Amino acid sequence: MSGVRVLVGTRKGAFVLKADGRRDRWVVEGPHFPGWEIYHLAGSPAHPDRLWASQSSSWFGQVIQRSEDGGRTWAPVGNEFAYAGVPGTHQWYDGTPHPWEFARVWHLEPDRHDPDALYAGVEDAALFRSSDGGATWQELPGLREHGSGPHWQPGAGGMCLHTIVVDPTNPARLHIAISSAGVFRSDDAGTTWQPKNRGLVSEQIPDPTAEVGHCVHRIAMHPERPDVLFMQKHWDVMRSDDAGDTWHEVSGDLPSDFGFPIDVHAHEPETIYVVPITSDEHHFPPDGKLRVYRSRSGGGDWEPLTKGLPQQHCYVNVLRDAMAVDGLDPCGVYFGTTGGQVYASPDGGDSWTAIASHLPAVCSVEVQTLP
Amino acid sequence: MTVRVALPPHLRQLARIEGEVALEVEGAVTQRSVLDALEARFPALCGTIRDHGSKRRRAFVRFFACREDWSHEDPDAPLPEAVANGSEPFTILGAMAGG
Repeated sequence: MSGVRVLVGTRKGAFVLKADGRRDRWVVEGPHFPGWEIYHLAGSPAHPDRLWASQSSSWFGQVIQRSEDGGRTWAPVGNEFAYAGVPGTHQWYDGTPHPWEFARVWHLEPDRHDPDALYAGVEDAALFRSSDGGATWQELPGLREHGSGPHWQPGAGGMCLHTIVVDPTNPARLHIAISSAGVFRSDDAGTTWQPKNRGLVSEQIPDPTAEVGHCVHRIAMHPERPDVLFMQKHWDVMRSDDAGDTWHEVSGDLPSDFGFPIDVHAHEPETIYVVPITSDEHHFPPDGKLRVYRSRSGGGDWEPLTKGLPQQHCYVNVLRDAMAVDGLDPCGVYFGTTGGQVYASPDGGDSWTAIASHLPAVCSVEVQTLP
Repeated sequence: MTVRVALPPHLRQLARIEGEVALEVEGAVTQRSVLDALEARFPALCGTIRDHGSKRRRAFVRFFACREDWSHEDPDAPLPEAVANGSEPFTILGAMAGG
């Protein structure tokens, strides 16, 4: 029987949760790397037992760990992320120039076909690639050296490249997102880049429709519809039908259009999920009710999904990389909270169960669907 | 020279070390030569104590020898004889930064 493996990164270690295809009994393994921040774990689609973890600490910096056995054992690989050339400056929070400094890896994106290839999105924002399983990393400097780089500013969490979306039909086409610069697209495998933020409106910046400067929290794509992108922005849920060339708002009847994660159903490209959060000042759900919202129409019309989720006195957040879907039928949906809960829905969001309840604050959730 | 190095728990965990490390150090025993020997024996520690490129100490890492703070000393200055002859450890610590 097929199964799933949920990879959970937390503020104090990594956890691996496993279940068979029924997804009703879970085994929790971990913590791996106890005490370290694990911003993200990811598995190779080409070799699912090969996993990578981004392990970091304010004291001891960045470590990348790799497992060859589905997360049972790990070994460190390369952790040198050197910007190409002289990296120059971006803007600090107060608008003054600030040197580009590597802080950590936020997101790992393994290649769909090559088990040795993966991208890493880092803070301060840049894109790196490894072609040797993570032993060495090379920056794709065309992004950072895009003319707008000196004007990028950090979001509250740092100036991070947090989202990497690769077009499965055309691997030379990449979308990335940076807080707070926005979305950029490359059509030549990361050599050159263009900002793709037309249609975004951010009232918090001096020019609300500027080409760059938008705090994009997350973008998502269904692999069968690579020209359709969904975005959770600082405020606003957005959609593009032309691979990011233009965006339009699909917040519709959400109780709040602020939030962090967004994801797409594995088998229904027009079914999307968000977790509304009250505001940028109150990073907790409206009315103390933890509700996932689902749209079956690609945005605009939304329904609250509450069965099994706390509907009173709930003040957790769900971070941008902390939602994922599996590939089973019915599609499973998963998310983790800053309160240390990991919730799973084996029925596309209709009902939810906490499959872990007392972990450290969850930074990221990824799911592997296993044969 | 055999030099003893004491590491903080996170770095012992990363390098899979139990207790102190005994390192053979060639030539003058300095912070640089000790850290070079440490990283050569435990490559997983590269980048965690000092920067890969510049070799500067990470901001929240501190170095102690014979109960003295050596964090801001010249990395090429000779360490105390008691460290060089192995009677005292060279201690690497994470700076106190808790609540």
